[in-house]
Amino acid sequence: MADPVKFTIDGQELQAAPGTLLINAAKKAGISIPSFCYYDDLSLQAACRMCLVEVEKTPKLQVACTLPVAEGMVVHTDSPQVRQARKGMVEFLLTNHPLDCPVCDKGGECELQDMVFRYGAGESRFRETKVHVDEKQWSPVVFYDAPRCILCYRCVRICGEGLGVSALGVGNRGVVSEIIPNAGDHLECDECGLCIDICPVGALTSGTYRYKTRPWEMEHIGTICTHCSNGCKTTLGVRNGDIIRANNRDHSGVNGEFLCIKGRYAFDFNEHPERLTAPLVRTNGELKPVSWAIALATVAKKFNELRARNGKFGVIGSNHTTNEENYVLQKFARQVLGTSNIDHHRTGDVATLLDALQGRANVLATTGGLLKTKAALVIDSDLAQEQPLLAFQLRANARLNKSHVYAITPGPVREDNYAKTARAELGKEFDVLDGWREQLAKEPELVILFGAAIKGEAIRRLVAFGDSLGIPVKYVCLVDYSNSRGASDMGLLPDLLPGYQPISNAALEPGLNADQILADPNLDALWVIGANPFVRQNLASRRAFLVVQDLFLTETARHADVVLPAASAYEKNGTVTNVCGDVQRLSRGAKTMGAKPDLEIFALLAREMRADLGVLTPEAVFSEIRSAVHGYDLPLLVLETGGAAPTAPVNGRVLFQAKPELIRSAGNTLFTSGTLGRYSQMLNSVMEAPGALYQDPHKEPVVQPGSVQVETIVSHG
Amino acid sequence: MTFSPELEARFTKLLASYPPGRTRSAVVPMLLYAQDEVGAVTQEVVEEVARRCSVTPLQVDEVIGYYSMLHRKPLGKYHVQVCTNIACQALGGEQLFEHACRALRLGNKEVSSDGLISLEEVECIGACSWAPAIQINYDFHHFVTPERFDQLISALRDGSYGRKAS
Amino acid sequence: MRYNDPSPLEVRVISQRFDLPDPASIDTYLANEGYVAIRKVLGMTPEAIIEELKTSSLRGRGGAGFPTGMKWSFVPRNTGKPTYIICNSDESEPGTCKDRLLMENDPHQLIEGMLIAGWTIKSNKGYIFIRGEYRYLIDIVDRAIAEAYERGYLGKNILGSGWDFDVYTHTGAGAYECGEESALLESLEGKRGVPRLKPPFPAVVGAFQSPTILNNCETFSSVPVIFRNGGAWYAELGTPKNGGTRLVCVSGHVNKPGVYELPMGFPIMRIIHEVCGGMRNGKKLKAVIPGGSSSPVLRADECDIPYDFDSLAKAKTMAGSGGIVVLDEDTDIVAVALRTMKFYAHESCGWCIPCREGTTWLKKILTRFHEGGGLPSDIDLIGELAGNMLGRTFCALGDAAAMPTGGFITKFRGEFEEYLNRQSAPEPAAPELVSIA
Repeated sequence: MADPVKFTIDGQELQAAPGTLLINAAKKAGISIPSFCYYDDLSLQAACRMCLVEVEKTPKLQVACTLPVAEGMVVHTDSPQVRQARKGMVEFLLTNHPLDCPVCDKGGECELQDMVFRYGAGESRFRETKVHVDEKQWSPVVFYDAPRCILCYRCVRICGEGLGVSALGVGNRGVVSEIIPNAGDHLECDECGLCIDICPVGALTSGTYRYKTRPWEMEHIGTICTHCSNGCKTTLGVRNGDIIRANNRDHSGVNGEFLCIKGRYAFDFNEHPERLTAPLVRTNGELKPVSWAIALATVAKKFNELRARNGKFGVIGSNHTTNEENYVLQKFARQVLGTSNIDHHRTGDVATLLDALQGRANVLATTGGLLKTKAALVIDSDLAQEQPLLAFQLRANARLNKSHVYAITPGPVREDNYAKTARAELGKEFDVLDGWREQLAKEPELVILFGAAIKGEAIRRLVAFGDSLGIPVKYVCLVDYSNSRGASDMGLLPDLLPGYQPISNAALEPGLNADQILADPNLDALWVIGANPFVRQNLASRRAFLVVQDLFLTETARHADVVLPAASAYEKNGTVTNVCGDVQRLSRGAKTMGAKPDLEIFALLAREMRADLGVLTPEAVFSEIRSAVHGYDLPLLVLETGGAAPTAPVNGRVLFQAKPELIRSAGNTLFTSGTLGRYSQMLNSVMEAPGALYQDPHKEPVVQPGSVQVETIVSHG
Repeated sequence: MTFSPELEARFTKLLASYPPGRTRSAVVPMLLYAQDEVGAVTQEVVEEVARRCSVTPLQVDEVIGYYSMLHRKPLGKYHVQVCTNIACQALGGEQLFEHACRALRLGNKEVSSDGLISLEEVECIGACSWAPAIQINYDFHHFVTPERFDQLISALRDGSYGRKAS
Repeated sequence: MRYNDPSPLEVRVISQRFDLPDPASIDTYLANEGYVAIRKVLGMTPEAIIEELKTSSLRGRGGAGFPTGMKWSFVPRNTGKPTYIICNSDESEPGTCKDRLLMENDPHQLIEGMLIAGWTIKSNKGYIFIRGEYRYLIDIVDRAIAEAYERGYLGKNILGSGWDFDVYTHTGAGAYECGEESALLESLEGKRGVPRLKPPFPAVVGAFQSPTILNNCETFSSVPVIFRNGGAWYAELGTPKNGGTRLVCVSGHVNKPGVYELPMGFPIMRIIHEVCGGMRNGKKLKAVIPGGSSSPVLRADECDIPYDFDSLAKAKTMAGSGGIVVLDEDTDIVAVALRTMKFYAHESCGWCIPCREGTTWLKKILTRFHEGGGLPSDIDLIGELAGNMLGRTFCALGDAAAMPTGGFITKFRGEFEEYLNRQSAPEPAAPELVSIA
């Protein structure tokens, strides 16, 4: 590395690597240079002119956001001349910016307000008429108010450079310049709302949040999004127990800048009118609301009866409940109900991957690692739709660090725009891979991310392929939901205990899997927690006592004998494990009267059944997980401070009976989220909006059977 | 959409005149030439130009808003452009524009109801030494007095414009 | 056509063919020393060519007056990338109408100038960026290009040199800002004419991200004669460091406005009185805008100076694009200041805050002032706002708007004050704050 250059800012003698921008060098030394258009990791604009500073021996003020530090440079960031320039810039900005701060959503969180507060004049010299343009609605979630726009072009850049969507541009010229959407009068895009988050003023506002509240009336609670498996941190703005908005307030999560439509807008299921708020018990063929005491007593009585006569239980757990809940659930099933008939909707073959890797260290990629890896290979996933954060990370890495990305998919994907991609029908991926072997082997390292179509033997073949490259290779087994990975890690499986330990360790026999449970005509009781298996398969047993814990009266819950209203992920504490195995904490934000967190329901039921499962608080259970589950002995400090801690759940072979046919991805798009997503009015409204992308969750195969098509879009020279 | 054979030939030549992979360069010329033939940059033109130049319609929209000669709505058959910038101003350009408004009963950027004439006050058109100057479509007219202006308008109206040397 | 009569005081170097019959044809050009320079240049090394240009002290005719030889020397060699020659014929500076004549009357001279630049950096492609309003010139230049191909001055293996060079025209579509060289390059690439961040300068990263020689039309047109007659000969025509002749475009209140080719350093007062036949209607001279609307105005008493880059810079203004607007005693300076600011507000690309908001604010104040609603505080405010733009905008357009405004206010402050006195309407009072005791 080149020698650092030495320079002086405001009397401080500093050093930085050659090429460091002055604004960043100053920031590192604790000297804040104001700016609107400069934004970390986005292209340089030098448009807002707020960051003008005085550089000795240079006649004109210099723009700190584009000026690299130079040897011997002497900079003043707070001289009278600089202060006067900033005051002038703010004054110019305010000439056409409406002073509607009292009713502006951004009021209180506005960078322009802050800038005026720090650098602005006490009174306005502007006596003329302001330019006015009416506000426009571009989509159910995005509104644009041109007069408030200061044209910093952050939105244009995050959409183009960050998302790879390029749905925003600049229209008109001069003082009437404005941001324009890609479909004339509306947007056709991911509806992720990153443009809104990144807007320093109230020009871009959110369909769900606008005119609802003042920011200071809310409590801001950072938790983990409950939709897909990527585990983005979303900050819930909560007022009186209601979620008013979700956004990416402090960028402190694994997702950095990123949040997709689900993390930002699809919290509204939480207050859906059909949300269950009282337990229901079937009386005379109809589900009737009852007290928690009656409902729990009904379930406990039935479960105890069946337990006493060795009845046949089946338990189907959730992809959304916490690790603590899943851990307790499998313990409840195995120790209290005495059954191994426990499973969940498996969306990725994690167990086979871990077995194929045989407990080697450093072979599982972390979420953060995707931003740094030198090369990545995506197989059978439309990443931008199904794993939006991972797609964002790979794109950012390619843009900022010139990493190489490869993708083999059945249909067109967004990676086509910048990566080396090929089309291959499912099952023909290895034909392409063999052709790429030589090129991949030249990469210094590789992360392979694969979708649900790669399962069972195909995973073993993939790992063998990875081994044959002779370079360090890491893997990500792509799964669907917020705690799909955790459900697997916590042993919601008929033949594996938490940490993928063989069932024999608990002196138990392997139980029935989900399909078998549903198909068993002799089942006496089925307990479904946060899952909706009846969408796919009906229950064969006519006599089974059905207990369902859920937020809504789903297709499954409708058939239940007892329905217990559950709290959502936004209403509970605990931990979840994302697609890469990073564990993060949920923080309780909202409350729904009448609903209870599943863990609390387990505890109450255990007490009612006179069973002892120990203290069932999230903290107590997590501490048990830390000691009992391999790889989950995680640093508490990281979790407590809102960080993500990677797990490595095995250290050897995984002894289980592979059932690749049970691996079924729900094939969610950016705008769907399984059963839960159906209760988000915002997700539904974007699918109904004009020009909505991603309407069909069950995509048709694009490639004709039997064909393999290789197209190199970008060659990595 | 297709254009006249002459314009198609022009477009073919245009696209070949830029380095390989640089078809975006043709966006501005193509829009202007298409507008001259179609009368306006219609949505159909936007999409066609985007397709031919391998850009997104948004990238074309961005360009249209930027350049003052590109118009989404049709101008008059004769677009009368009166320069009032400083050199013309010094010699009565502003008065000429006012005269034009009265004579044509049109305001700035308005089109006559029969679609024959549109009027625009324009920035410097590069005829400063021969001011005041106007352009009718792409034709320059120098040293234009109100009387000369009226003659030109009469010629536009009676169809004799362009048939004799102007 | 030339649209005005020549003056006997002119030194016709680059306009020598303007009054010939069929001046734009290649035959006229060839019969009058055309394509002689390129034959000479094809035997010269790039270093020798650049040295000759430096000797000529030719400076850019677009506005900034940067030494052309030095500009060409900045182009890196052997980068492995293609290189480009770009002619800026986006002539849009108010007061300027010379490139129009050069293309209309002598397009081959321009092509030959670009050929010489092309050979210097072994470029194979040149583009002439012509403003959209000059449609008829595209036809004329295209015809000239076709003739040059026919006669082997363009295309493959030019004059047996083994070197290929193509030239194309490219039209703008109405944007002053595209005269700024990096904005022009953006426009050439099919984008909004927003200037680029500099450095890198176009010489290093220019057209299509490649090294580029980008000069004004008149600059390229001045190149062939330098190689025909020698750099020293050319330099001698002008004053030290201001070599050669230039086309000055005189407009406004003179008897014979027109475009005239004069040696650099020709005195402004002689231009007005001798070349242009004096002031119209015997009026007195009030002011001169010496180098297009971006240049700060000169009062009549400041005009007794030679017309070249350095003399005007010394007078705290500039020769700019060569557009001289002569204003007589009846001129309303406030109206001129307003019209100037209307122009810059219309042409500001909107990219940066101070230019976008500053030009519009100034336009609004000046409009109100001109309509009789001025306040005494407006005069200083106008000056301060112009000061807040000056040197702080993304590109030179902000300066181009701020400099003349500052000039009008400081040099003709009295006229602004006069406006206030004439005004009948009382000053609108700011509403009193109501105090609730």
